[in-house]
Amino acid sequence: MVSWLHECLDYMKLNTLTLTETIAKLRHKEITLSDLYTDIHDEIAEKNGILNAYLALDDEAVRKAEAVKELPLAGIPVAVKDNFLVPGLPTTASSKVLDGFMPPYESTVTERLHKNGAIVVGKTNMDAWAHGSSTETSDYGPTKNPRNLLYLPGGSSGGSAAAVAADLCIAAIGSETAGSVRQPAAWCGCVGLKPTYGRVSRWGVVAMGSSLDSPGPLGKTVTDCAVLLNVIAGRDPYDATTSDRPVQDFVRGISRGVKGMRIGMCYVDHPKLHSTPVDHAVREAADVFRKLGAAVDVVRLSENGAPNTIVTPDYAIGVYTVVQRSEVSSNLARYDGIRFGHPRSAFGEEAKRRIMLGTFTLSRGYADRYYIRAQQVRSLYIRNFRKLFDQYDILISPTSPGYALEHGASAKSPMFGELEDMLLEPSSISGLPGISVPCHRDISTGLYLGLNIVADQWQEEKILQAAYAYEQATEWNAWAKR
Amino acid sequence: MKGTTFSAKDVTHIAALANIPVTAQEEQKLADGFNTTLHVVDQLSAVNVDGVEPTSQVTGLENVFRKDEVDGTRMLSQEEALRNAPRTHNGFFVVDQVLEQKS
Repeated sequence: MVSWLHECLDYMKLNTLTLTETIAKLRHKEITLSDLYTDIHDEIAEKNGILNAYLALDDEAVRKAEAVKELPLAGIPVAVKDNFLVPGLPTTASSKVLDGFMPPYESTVTERLHKNGAIVVGKTNMDAWAHGSSTETSDYGPTKNPRNLLYLPGGSSGGSAAAVAADLCIAAIGSETAGSVRQPAAWCGCVGLKPTYGRVSRWGVVAMGSSLDSPGPLGKTVTDCAVLLNVIAGRDPYDATTSDRPVQDFVRGISRGVKGMRIGMCYVDHPKLHSTPVDHAVREAADVFRKLGAAVDVVRLSENGAPNTIVTPDYAIGVYTVVQRSEVSSNLARYDGIRFGHPRSAFGEEAKRRIMLGTFTLSRGYADRYYIRAQQVRSLYIRNFRKLFDQYDILISPTSPGYALEHGASAKSPMFGELEDMLLEPSSISGLPGISVPCHRDISTGLYLGLNIVADQWQEEKILQAAYAYEQATEWNAWAKR
Repeated sequence: MKGTTFSAKDVTHIAALANIPVTAQEEQKLADGFNTTLHVVDQLSAVNVDGVEPTSQVTGLENVFRKDEVDGTRMLSQEEALRNAPRTHNGFFVVDQVLEQKS
């Protein structure tokens, strides 16, 4: 009997549990923290050498977990992207400029995780300074896609997405400027949520584009992301751009369904997507929503945002490139190697490119032409979304133009990230919340596609509700189907 | 609006402004990359933005104030502040000399 039980437990390794399952099983004493951490650490020991998802691990994690009492996330092992400051673990943002840096204070996001009982098991790999969408530009080597090692995990939160997808953690935290949570979630086949700008504090997060940066959860299921958002969301006096709107319980209404919801399907008529796998996958998703009782219309592309059209994402690439690089040049000016870190000669190629181009777009004689103009076009996107949300509750589109690309792809273009994230940039420059859920899996490669669901600012509950309904109605997310 | 073309010399100028050390070999490659990027960015000149205000803050917040008082919870001790510094002396950061002494 005992050996039979053991076999069952072996079969269901505890690291494969979702966040919701882990919380319930710990609470009902069906599993122990010691077994949970043994399985997590065994899996990390076996796979991290190949995947390179974690850059640093907390050796004290089990002991810390066992010391936590009666809190919502008591003892839950969470992986955190290496641009969040967590005292006791090095923070490098995957750049040699910060090699060996030990943060003297803590990010609000991880402080809130800790206050709710969660344990940061390790810091995850990313594109250096979050500058990229491949995790290939990490100064500590690329992360591999656990679904197929020949492919990129996406980025910049590629380590967090890989850690979730490979069950090297129970859930993870990432950050998104434009696509850095949703795109790696799509490429690795997990769920990634980018909250409204200002919903989650940026305090203690290595800054990239300050008018865009949004920390967010990556999880095995939609509900798992909602559970983490409940903990990390809300006003923080240390980040003046956080909102003092009350934060609702994002889990409570998650199963309300999409009956009567008005949904706009976007970007499927973009010339680059015509008849591609993402085009088919999103149209199929639209049919799923229709069957669930929602009304889905195709929103046609336009140049100018005429009534019932969506402005082409093509201009958002330019807007995002200029705004992001300008803000990068300003944020990274503080790294002087005097108070901490290493000299500016330690910046990698991508960071140098972004800092310098941003310096140029902000320089005298060029700021009007580039920076100001980009911010004007940004206003046009915001206006267009405002009109669309009078008509629709949510908008759906592909997360990325296609499946994960092979290793080496990011070196082929100086704008790799901006081009791969073109379908997410319009919503990011407008500060909107979005979630990516798996919506297709290629049988031969094992790779996934993501469905991106976007709503108006502060409407995270709508995207969670729709994403949950979709996850339940389809077979793409194995974690949600047991 | 005519597109901007970067030369290796322009890269040297920008590198100096950004305080980024760039080698001679890197200059041309950077210039080519900037030209590719600015070519994409220059598509924005086709968009009519007459009378459109620029947006830098997307959620409509303005002038968020706090009390002008010391918050002890986010103050670092001198020791904590210096802990990551590569060079310190008597509790201070050490920086390279920037002014020449008159002889």
